[in-house]
Amino acid sequence: MPSPIIRIDNIVKRFGPLTVLDGLSMDVMSGEKLALIGPSGSGKTTILRILMTLESISGGHIEVDGEQLYHMKKGADLVPADERHLHRMRKKIGMVFQHFNLFPHKCVLDNITLAPMLTQGVARSDAEKRAMELLDMVGMADKAKSVPAQLSGGQKQRVAIARALALSPKIMLFDEVTSALDPELVEEVLSVMKRLAAETDMTMLLVTHEMGFAHEFADRVLFFDRGKIVEEGRPEEIFSNPRQERTQTFLRKIIAAGHRV
Amino acid sequence: MIDWSGYLSLILEGALVTLQLTIMGSALALVMAFLAGLGRLSRFFIVRALATTYIEFFRGTSIFVQLFWVYFVLPFAGLTLTPLQAGVLALGLNVGAYGAEVVRGAVKAIGREQGEACIALNLSRYQRLRHVILPQALPLMLPTFCNNAIELLKGTAVVSLISLTDLTFQAQVVRAQTGNTLVPFTTILILYFVMAWAISTAMRWLERRMTRSLDGVRT
Repeated sequence: MPSPIIRIDNIVKRFGPLTVLDGLSMDVMSGEKLALIGPSGSGKTTILRILMTLESISGGHIEVDGEQLYHMKKGADLVPADERHLHRMRKKIGMVFQHFNLFPHKCVLDNITLAPMLTQGVARSDAEKRAMELLDMVGMADKAKSVPAQLSGGQKQRVAIARALALSPKIMLFDEVTSALDPELVEEVLSVMKRLAAETDMTMLLVTHEMGFAHEFADRVLFFDRGKIVEEGRPEEIFSNPRQERTQTFLRKIIAAGHRV
Repeated sequence: MIDWSGYLSLILEGALVTLQLTIMGSALALVMAFLAGLGRLSRFFIVRALATTYIEFFRGTSIFVQLFWVYFVLPFAGLTLTPLQAGVLALGLNVGAYGAEVVRGAVKAIGREQGEACIALNLSRYQRLRHVILPQALPLMLPTFCNNAIELLKGTAVVSLISLTDLTFQAQVVRAQTGNTLVPFTTILILYFVMAWAISTAMRWLERRMTRSLDGVRT
């Protein structure tokens, strides 16, 4: 039985008066491919952003790879994590964003080599060699010297995936990575991710509105609504035979909107 | 008939002083702009407070008063400056306060998403600024920096009031000695204009060079 690589314990997240996550707990097993689905504003993206330390938490605990994410031990006490602790924890986690967030002033190759060279002390030649391997994997090797402005959305996203992979994180977070793409460009990104899921034992968390992809990609699907996990299970259970009414309603709406399941 | 050649060389000497003031003042202003501009974005309250105080004070009081203060009041505190030092200090601090807001605005204009990408890639705060934010913010600052540099050039004229022999001071000397206003003041009018024009040309060149890699497009 593999052990959990992420343990989320009773976390609370508030934005001012708005409570987005209210006592959420969940575990993610090492190597698991997890899909988070649900309506907008249900808190699924917030979970990824919290795991990437882009948002703080208002309460609760998160353990990543056996260590507290937002807390650290000081003697016998557990105190809020400082920047150094966060820096160390972030090495375990990578993220791909909805809007790619590539660096527009750097070419594709430099986008990928920047972080390994700065944060892991990798020599330029080694970083470039590794970057080219990754670009090859995402089918972008011929664009190494292009700048992001010259790429299509799908190409940008494939570069962004390569950039996140270059740091070899144990956990990868994908935040609606195809939502900003033209429909005909979605497939090229999804096929890269499918290959990634099949070839690596990386733990992957995916927030998506592509139900067909979630079905194919995930070992487990979590359905979120209003900051709570309403239903979870294997993809075939959730998509073919949802037990909760809210899940059924959501999936019906998605199908009506023309998404494949 | 007046022999103008001697007076012209007097004015050219003044031009040299003005040039010196402009270059040294701009250098100081640039340093102050980055210190205070980035200081205002600091996560430490005390740094933010210091930067804000500096900016508000120097924007909120007249360059004329600041110059007199630096030159005539500081000596009472035991700090005596030459007219040139006083001029550079007053001009640099004054224009730097305006530049600080330019730096802050440009850094803030680089979207939150770039910063988040840096966090996800585990860059330190310094690395984020140095490798991602500033290279993108710098081209945004240049047009306003150009304005500031020209303002500083024209502001140098106030130093004639503390007996620094700049362009304006020398023109006054020539006027007093010859009784002619038209020639000296037309000459310095043209000289100021040429210098301002040189600044804006240089800045445009720099801007083109810097934005070339960005292709003028952002993702």
